[in-house]
Amino acid sequence: MNHHPTVLGSFFTHFLLLSFLSIGGAATTIPDMHRFLVEAHGWMSDAQFSAMYAISQASPGPNVLFVALFGWQIGGPAGAIAGMIAICGPSSLIALGFEYFAGRAPQARWPGLIRRGLATLTIGLLCSSGWVLAASVDHRWSAVAVTLLTIFLMLKTRVHPLMLVALGAGAGLLGLV
Amino acid sequence: MPVPPPPRAALAPLPTPRHLFIEFARMGLSGFGGVLPFVRRAVVERNRWLDDREFVELLSMGQVLPGPNVINVALMMGLRFAGLRGALAAFAGLVMVPMVVVLSAMLLYEHYRDVAAVQRMLAGMTAVSAGLMLSTGFRLAQSQSPTVRGLLVGVAAFAAIGLLRWPLVPVMAVLVPLGLLLEWRAEGQALRLAAEAAAPQDPPAPAQPPGTDGAAGEPRA
Repeated sequence: MNHHPTVLGSFFTHFLLLSFLSIGGAATTIPDMHRFLVEAHGWMSDAQFSAMYAISQASPGPNVLFVALFGWQIGGPAGAIAGMIAICGPSSLIALGFEYFAGRAPQARWPGLIRRGLATLTIGLLCSSGWVLAASVDHRWSAVAVTLLTIFLMLKTRVHPLMLVALGAGAGLLGLV
Repeated sequence: MPVPPPPRAALAPLPTPRHLFIEFARMGLSGFGGVLPFVRRAVVERNRWLDDREFVELLSMGQVLPGPNVINVALMMGLRFAGLRGALAAFAGLVMVPMVVVLSAMLLYEHYRDVAAVQRMLAGMTAVSAGLMLSTGFRLAQSQSPTVRGLLVGVAAFAAIGLLRWPLVPVMAVLVPLGLLLEWRAEGQALRLAAEAAAPQDPPAPAQPPGTDGAAGEPRA
């Protein structure tokens, strides 16, 4: 664990920036978080990155909490809090400002225009996040098979996602992944 | 058109910040892998703070704005009902309380991280998580009406971020304006076509001769 203040500082400023760009949710910025934390700076290993994401998925709460775990890996409790403030701060101020000033004009045309114009961008980013996560697991055919099976079950059945996460954990424990 | 005041008579009295904190903490703690269904249930059904139509309006705004959708919804609702203190209370309940749980789970992992079984278990969970994310992307893609401009922006985003691993900031600096511009042009064109079809004898001249308009509009449908 690295508690150097400049590390925490650049972590904080980069995640502030990502908050502005997290259209469609924090999960769309996962590829850039991986690039920044693992590839560019080497502050976390691939295994750490994917473990933190998996833990956040298996815990209750909003999806964005994986940022608190990344922050903790880099700078302990201060890192966790800094990460959450950075990823939630700018977007929260925008949401509050919007509700305060413009929330009274729901008939405006531009929200729909933005939503439709950026819909496939969000989808492309979500698929990138899935891709980066899949690549961060060991590159074994069994892990690929688990990912493909998950996609199939999610699209073709009504099984609860958490059930699949539990099955994935079980498959891992049995050494199948 | 003025916004009609919400029919508050059918809804519950406005919540206090304290009540918001407790309710949003409850929502945050019950939602595994996505809190949104629980937020709708709590806000619309259990507490009757909003009706379904108001909730959808709030949610669609939360999705347009950057940041986690559910957190945006909580903030906007807190502000609307109980001012800035309400917004902070809703945020704290939804985020801070589950954060304690997640961090505890992580500390437990740190303690057992050298156990090979724990590593394998997390690898299995990550493989599933990747599949969940990809299937969400596919599901959403199916809900889109297929357009060339939509496909272009989506594929470009996946190629640049997922495959080439380029930094997000410059990619978004190009793709966000591009997506908005293409949509704005296409919708403007559709509006003009609709206006021409509705009133073909109208004297104000269209920006382009109708022939070019029709040819350009055709492949989009």
